[in-house]
Amino acid sequence: MNILVCISNVPDTTSKINFVENDSKFDSNGVQYIINPNDEFGLTKAVWMKESNGANVTVLTVGDLSAETILRKCLAIGADKAIRIDCEASDAYSVAREIEAHCQTTSYDLIICGRESIDYNGGLVPGLLAGFLDYNFVTNCVSLEINDTKATCAREISGGTEVSECEIPLVIGSQKGLVEESDLIIPNMRGIMMARQKPLEVVAAKNINAKIIDKKFHKPEAKSEVKLVKPDELDKLIDLLENEAKVI
Amino acid sequence: MAVLVYLESEDNKFKKTAYEALSYGKALADKMNVKVSGVVFNCTDSDSLKKYGADKIITINDTDFEEFSSKKYSHALSQVIKSENSSDVILSSSANSKFIGAHLSGIMDTSFVSNVIDLPESINPFVVKRTCFTNKAFSSTEMISDLRIIGVSSNSFGLIENMNNASLETFNVEKVESNQRILKIEKETGSVTIADADIVVSAGRGLKGPENWEMIETLADTLGAATACSKPVSDMGWRPHSEHVGQTGKPVSSNLYIAIGISGAIQHLAGINSSKVKVVINNDPEAPFFKAADYGVVGDAFEVVPALIEKLKAR
Repeated sequence: MNILVCISNVPDTTSKINFVENDSKFDSNGVQYIINPNDEFGLTKAVWMKESNGANVTVLTVGDLSAETILRKCLAIGADKAIRIDCEASDAYSVAREIEAHCQTTSYDLIICGRESIDYNGGLVPGLLAGFLDYNFVTNCVSLEINDTKATCAREISGGTEVSECEIPLVIGSQKGLVEESDLIIPNMRGIMMARQKPLEVVAAKNINAKIIDKKFHKPEAKSEVKLVKPDELDKLIDLLENEAKVI
Repeated sequence: MAVLVYLESEDNKFKKTAYEALSYGKALADKMNVKVSGVVFNCTDSDSLKKYGADKIITINDTDFEEFSSKKYSHALSQVIKSENSSDVILSSSANSKFIGAHLSGIMDTSFVSNVIDLPESINPFVVKRTCFTNKAFSSTEMISDLRIIGVSSNSFGLIENMNNASLETFNVEKVESNQRILKIEKETGSVTIADADIVVSAGRGLKGPENWEMIETLADTLGAATACSKPVSDMGWRPHSEHVGQTGKPVSSNLYIAIGISGAIQHLAGINSSKVKVVINNDPEAPFFKAADYGVVGDAFEVVPALIEKLKAR
């Protein structure tokens, strides 16, 4: 089985979010980049499938040279091969079109993308890919079993889970639950050494035009000071929530 | 040009988020000076939609849509979009609507902007405001395609009543085949879900152990709220993952968010930032959450929460 895991390079969850160039661009100065957490849950699942069924795992990112650090990390975690489509990722549409172009040259039984990236939170790439390729699609995916050509998936729905089955090829939007936080693989020295020998292919981009452009970023307005209520004056808290905030 | 709103229903009732999406669609249509239609799958409660300003309600009555399928729903919507010559499609931010939004965009070769919190700043160029970096920032985003799909963030726009005697139409869908089928749906009964809740009561490691959650559930029941938890609590298995809110968990955009024994790590704050009013109960006055809160109580959760429940019940 051929598995493609699409990886997004995102600022670490503790990063300070600032903007430059007249608030039109994210300030990456001093920011540590990581594998998008939702993608990493998917990658771990793919590596498990490789270990249990001998699947072939390719990781792919759309990005410039700076994205290769996380691709090497994905190889150290256990992916067999990495591909970087060489362009600066602009929006989900152009990224998904670039990935689709690659999928036209190499076919995959399973494409895993994170449910959403933690930077732009669009949650769009897996759905676009499924639509472009006419593959089955399950997002918010919290469990996955593939037997032969049949996939059984669970997805998180409002207030519960839904279990469905379908034929591969399949695109999933991965998230926590597919594997647990404690299952994430920390690369060991052997993995890191082996990753250096594994192929990292750079592919020319199709340079597809974006459909959305972030014109200007804004930061939330500074919050007014918290109003403290003493623990023995809870009536006051209820009064504030009822009459000032009007939320109960 | 016209605006089309997907009106999500469950058990023959529209979701509150569907009314919000329609309120948004109506306001957008007014701003663009065009008509707004709503599209409904198998729900007979269309009378309740008149209040929110639709000019037309298009109903798809077909047993093929009794079960949710993102593929079937997206293809059906794409047919309505073409037939109505829609320029803008409005969805809510529910799990299923986001699912459809992404899939539909792929089918229609366009883009989808989710987490939109306000009407467009301008129509030409079309610029909407959305949250990004998990609520740590906003972006004014220009949408360039001819067909725009917009996902409205829950509780961001609100319900706006605007009586309009909508005309009713039915639409026959050309079916698409799908080999995907639902085997089972497991739902927690009786409890309010985080996505649908106006009030969310959330607790963290300060509760010391899963055995102490009874008071959190009682407080939530008293307020008609959903329960949630911080990441360490779900990682330790004290509470199910579905309750984890924060950057890598669920986003919360409730009207009231009550955080008990949660210190307020940056990743947690990011996930709940779009909630309107935040109350923090924590025994550590230095907890970073107090900086992000509207109201706070510095005190022992094991004393404050039971006292609060008692006072709320006596109300």
